[in-house]
Formats: sequence, structure tokens, C-alpha cells
Amino acid sequence: MAASTSPSRLPGVATTAYLSLAFLYIPILVVIFFSFNANSLITVWHGFTTDWYVKAYENEDLRRATWNSMIVAVGATFFSTVLALMAAMGMRGRLPRGLAGTSQMMMTLPLLIPEIVIAIATMSFFSIILRSEFMAGTAFLKLVDQYPLTQVLIAHTVFCVPFAYSPIRARIETLPPSLFEAAADLYATPWQSFRRVTLPLMMPGVTSGAMLAFITSLDDFIITQMVAPPGAMTLPVYIYSMVRKGITPEINAVSAILLVISILLVVSSYVINQRKAS
Amino acid sequence: MHGVRNAAPWLLSPFLMIMGVFFAAPLLLVVGYSFMTAHYPGGVEFPLTLDAYVKIFYDTDFDGNKVFDPSFLLICWKSLKLAGLCTILCLRAGFPMAYFMATRPPQQRNLWMMLVTIPFWTNLLIRTYSWILILRDEGLVNNILMSTGITSSPITLMCSDFAVGLGLLYSYLPFMVLPIYANLERMDWRLVEAASDLYATRWQTLRKVTIPLTMPGILAGSILVFIPSIGSFLAPQLLGCGQQMMLGNKIENLFGQGGDWPFGSAASVALMIIVMIGLMIMSRRGGIKELV
Repeated sequence: MAASTSPSRLPGVATTAYLSLAFLYIPILVVIFFSFNANSLITVWHGFTTDWYVKAYENEDLRRATWNSMIVAVGATFFSTVLALMAAMGMRGRLPRGLAGTSQMMMTLPLLIPEIVIAIATMSFFSIILRSEFMAGTAFLKLVDQYPLTQVLIAHTVFCVPFAYSPIRARIETLPPSLFEAAADLYATPWQSFRRVTLPLMMPGVTSGAMLAFITSLDDFIITQMVAPPGAMTLPVYIYSMVRKGITPEINAVSAILLVISILLVVSSYVINQRKAS
Repeated sequence: MHGVRNAAPWLLSPFLMIMGVFFAAPLLLVVGYSFMTAHYPGGVEFPLTLDAYVKIFYDTDFDGNKVFDPSFLLICWKSLKLAGLCTILCLRAGFPMAYFMATRPPQQRNLWMMLVTIPFWTNLLIRTYSWILILRDEGLVNNILMSTGITSSPITLMCSDFAVGLGLLYSYLPFMVLPIYANLERMDWRLVEAASDLYATRWQTLRKVTIPLTMPGILAGSILVFIPSIGSFLAPQLLGCGQQMMLGNKIENLFGQGGDWPFGSAASVALMIIVMIGLMIMSRRGGIKELV
């Protein structure tokens, strides 16, 4: 291993790495630790309890917010991954110059514009549609009345697409075009060639793209906060409103659950990758 | 074969349509709003005016005179300062960390990779919130200081630039480590050996070989840290208690309680211009290509 020979070793690098790691983990561990604290007021240890988890579970608003978050995350993951997969396949084909450039820009821009700007832009846009008396406005109003999560779902789908796209594109670039041509030469219809050749080959990219989209949707706070109508709170928006009201151990319990979920997601994808590699 | 090729524009059309309607149109709308008259408490009306941009520099006093008012410019400056500082500190901590990871044996590398990815995938709100538990008057730091007798009364750590900066650093450190690590892992380490064979010291090798080769990763990481931190809402809101205004919570405030949508839109345009200038400086060295 060339990497571990002496010229690459630098003094202080290991110390900084371990300190940074501690910096990244101490706050997370603090939250988990105090979620089991029997004292309700301050960050002083008063004995072990799981009461806060029970209390969090019994909180109906919290359960509804969690459910909303799941619906939005699953929906946004599905739509954004489909859009990203189609776009990635389209980008591989022959395109007029302007179209390729525009598509590339549309994939990049959402990552380069601060989230708060996207949040207020989307909010203003929806408020205009809902207030307009054209057909589209009334139809949208009906839809929103019936499904209060509509706006949140649309907003999440839009900002999740670039996240779903990048692993899919990275995957598609490793595949030789001859594979798809061979399928076509063997008289596969475009659909057969997609179903039997393209999709299975792209699956690793699609899976990681979908996971990234899912976590991005679940993580989002500011866009949801601005866009969501009163009945459409997601979990981060609800937790934020709890934090504004005052720090309680119940928040720690909910946070600890979310922390453990993301840890499990990362560890399981790591284990899956390890298995594939060996 | 032709079937697949000709389908390309069609495959792109749903994506382009959705992004056109729900991403590009709203952004253009914000630019348009910035030239309209405020309708309190929220919304806009005609006539078209430059009032919102005038508000960036001037305030109107009771007599209707325009007086130079630096408060918004100071918010811009604070955002730029904190985001810049955060980017530099992320680089200072993140580069050595990525370097250390890349020089581990493969098995350990994957473990480190996982350890950095976990915070990256963890909810940003909760990660910001966790610092409240540590920094507030009854928090962990003050508890330790007081129980060991170093101080007798709590030191105020929250609601300060320090708290906001720390929160930003904490939020975005993994965004710096991951692209630099990806770059270092692909690097040809024989070049480092070659440099040392040619009697370069370790620091010379780092400065003349490793860092130039890692530049795309460093730039991608800096962009990924700088953009979300300059527009950050959660850190200034929760750790700065909403008193330490940055552009992110100023814009939110103008669209919320402030009710001045045109000014909020002009502030958004200002934020996008600041980000674009930053990106132009960075992209001259090829950072954006690495990102997409």
C-alpha cells in the first residue's frame, strides 16, 4: 500500500481527524444520552427513564407529523427518482445543443441556490396559483383542499431530483453504450431493452439515488416550513415548533429516534456495499 | 437502436416541464416581485418601483426623508463573514481529516467513510438543536464549568456570533470532508513518493503536489459549505436566538412577520448575487465541474 508508506504521513493529521470525529459525534451522543434523563428541566443527570419515549409516542400531533413526513418522503422519492432516471437516460442520447445545456443547468441550479430562496420562491408561486381565478387555480385549490400535502410533495420532488440524479448519472456513465445497441440489434423493443438491460444495470445507481432523495426529503426544514399549509406539518417542522416553545426531554426522545434511524440507514447501506464488494 | 436515441428529448420533457413550472418560474417570480410595491402584511401590488432595492441602502424617517441605513448591509456582511469563516475552518479541519482517511488501509477507510456519512445523513434541525443542549446557560458546558468551580455563574454562550458560527461549522463539516476524501482516494500516491524521492520535504510535497492535485475536491467542498451556510436559517435562528440576523432568517422574517415581500425578494436577489460572485471566483479554478 503506497498510501501507508512514510512520505504520505503528516504530523498532526491524525490528531485533527480524531478531534473532528469527536466534534461530529459529541452533540449527537449528548442528545441521545439526555433523552433517557429522568429530570425534566435541565441537562443534569437524574437517573434512567424511558418515559420521554412513551410520552413522545402518545403525542398525537407528533405521530401525525411523522406520518406526513413518511408520505411526503416516499412520494417525493418515487417521483424524483423516476424523473431523474428518465432525465439521465435522455441526457445520454443525442440532444439538440440548447436542450442539453438547459437540462444540465436545471440539474445544477437547485444545488447552487440557497434553500431559503427556493423556499420563499415556491411559497410565493403557490400563493399566486391559489389566488388566481383561472381554471388551473381552482383545480389546484380543490386538490390542495383534499390533499393538504400536495404543495409539500411537489416542492420536495423538485429539490430531490438533482440528488437522485447524480448517482444515477455516475452509474450510467460506467456502462458502455454498446450494451444498449446490442439489445436493439437483437430486436428488443425500446421497452424490453429498458426492462431487461437498462434498468437492471442501473439498479445500484437508482437505489443510492432513491436513498439520497429519501434522506433529503426527510431532512428538509425551511422549504416545508414556508410551503406547508397549517394541516400539513412534517416532523422537522413540528420539532421546530416544539423547540420554539421550550426545550423538553420529549424533543430529545424524538430526536434520538430520528438519529438512530439515520444511523441504521447508513450502516445498512455500508454493510450491503461491503457484502457486494467481497 | 434508433428507437432509444430518438426518445431522448421525450425522456427529458417531464423533468424539464416540472422544473420549469415549479423551480424556474418561481425564481423569476421572485425577481419580478422585487420590482413591485409592498402590500402589507404580505403580498405585492402595482406599480412597479425600485423601492425594495432602495431599502437595501436607505431607511425612510418620520419626515419621509431617505436616510442612509447600513443595517441590511451589515446583515450581508455578517452572513459573508460567518460563511467565509465557516468555509475556512471546515477546510482547516476537513482536509487533514480527509487526508488521514485516505491514508488508512482500505478496510479502515470504509469505516471512517461511514462515520463521516452518518452526521451527513442526520437531520440538520436536530444537529443544530443539539448545540442548544450544550451551549445554553443550563447546558453541558456551563454545568461542567460550574461544577468544577471554574466559574460561579453561567457564561452566556448562546445567542452570539460564536454560537452561530459553531453551529454552521458543525452542520457543514462533512460536506467538506467527503469531496476532498473522494479526490484524495483517487489520487496517484506514487507522485507523493516521487516528490519525496526528489528530496521534497513533507510540507513541500503537500503544498506542491497533494494540494494542487486535490484542488477540484477542495473547491467542490468549499462550494458545498459556503452556499448553505451563507443562506442558513436554522443556525442563526436557533443558536443566534433570532437576534443574530443572517440573510437566511432576514429573508424568512420579511416574508413572514415583516410582511414586506418586495424587500424580501430584493434581499433574495442580493443573496443570489453574492453566491454567484463567490461561485464565479471559485469556478475560474474548475470547482463547479467537479460538483455536477
